[in-house]
Amino acid sequence: MHELAIAQSIVEQVEEVARSQGLAKISTIRLRIGALRAVVPEALEFGFEVLSQDTPLAGARIVIEEIPIRITCHECGAISSPEPGLAWLCPACGSAVVEMTSGKELQLDSLEVED
Amino acid sequence: MEIRVVENLLKANEAVAAQTLERLAKHGVRAINMIGSAGSGKTALLEATLPRLRESLGVAVIEGDLQTTRDAERIDRIGVPVVQVTTGKSCHLPPQLVLRALDGLDLDAIDLLFIENVGNLICPSEIPVGEHHKVAVLSTPEGDDKVLKYPMLFHLADAVVINKIDLLPHVTCDVGRIRSDLEQVGSRAQIFEVSARTGEGLDGYIGWLLGLVG
Ligand SMILES: Nc1nc2c(ncn2[C@@H]2O[C@H](COP(=O)(O)OP(=O)(O)OP(=O)(O)O)[C@@H](O)[C@H]2O)c(=O)[nH]1
Ligand SMILES: [Mg+2]
Ligand SMILES: [Zn+2]
Repeated sequence: MHELAIAQSIVEQVEEVARSQGLAKISTIRLRIGALRAVVPEALEFGFEVLSQDTPLAGARIVIEEIPIRITCHECGAISSPEPGLAWLCPACGSAVVEMTSGKELQLDSLEVED
Repeated sequence: MEIRVVENLLKANEAVAAQTLERLAKHGVRAINMIGSAGSGKTALLEATLPRLRESLGVAVIEGDLQTTRDAERIDRIGVPVVQVTTGKSCHLPPQLVLRALDGLDLDAIDLLFIENVGNLICPSEIPVGEHHKVAVLSTPEGDDKVLKYPMLFHLADAVVINKIDLLPHVTCDVGRIRSDLEQVGSRAQIFEVSARTGEGLDGYIGWLLGLVG
């Protein structure tokens, strides 16, 4: 369901970039999406396919790089990925004062243009 | 040829939300985005807390609803200023509509503005509407597995209200599990176990809300 809203943003933003930079045919759209966003790639691809149908982006391929959740410890600075199923604690010092430093991304990264 | 873009996919929404925040700041208003499943009790919580908050604060509500004006009528009935925003097919409250809804409110008379989002746990947590705080509303009949299914909301929420605790004897819901799952998504939320129906537990939640206004 939220994949459709994200797909809509992709269509709008990529069209805007294509227009402002005079790009003709875009073949690939690369995205960076954090694991915490719980985006289902197939649903996003399908949403994009539907919404881009009558636009210059029709037929472009979506490539998603999933960014894992990483937490940075406020006490000792260690960076780690939380263990699935466990509380967010620093594995180095055990502190619970950690900050998520990646995993929330929802980013348009780059476009592949046919020469 | 590859072209680097690096743009946030929510930037259009965030820009509008920033305008809302700016306007609220001018009038000293704090805004709360209430997010929860359909039927979790968002409107019921408003009905149970607003009469008490109103004793010491200026309060108002923006009601997001897919189709009806039913929730706005419920708020109107208790005499609190309310603006209805009908979202039609949208599964979340779009920030543009919230910005426009501010025109219908006397911002100088408001300290705390509640924005009831569309009943849904995903999209409203992705799309900011110009709020200072997010309150996640869960209810015991929904079961105890929602936190791990919708981690984004619960990671971001400043408070989690577990509503309908009066129904605990009748439903399968382990509140302890909700609390430990919250730790697993890095939540720093204040957790309140309440019943909007009986009033149990509301003192703590109301105290937290009062503390948001400096
Ligand atoms: N037993 C019990 N019922 C409750 C409680 N809070 C709300 N309800 C009932 O739950 C139903 C839904 O409550 P609402 O306040 O309309 O829920 P909502 O989250 O605003 O729903 P939407 O606006 O449709 O997303 C109503 O029938 C309420 O009377 C509670 O604490 N205990
Ligand atoms: Mg409601
Ligand atoms: Zn550490």
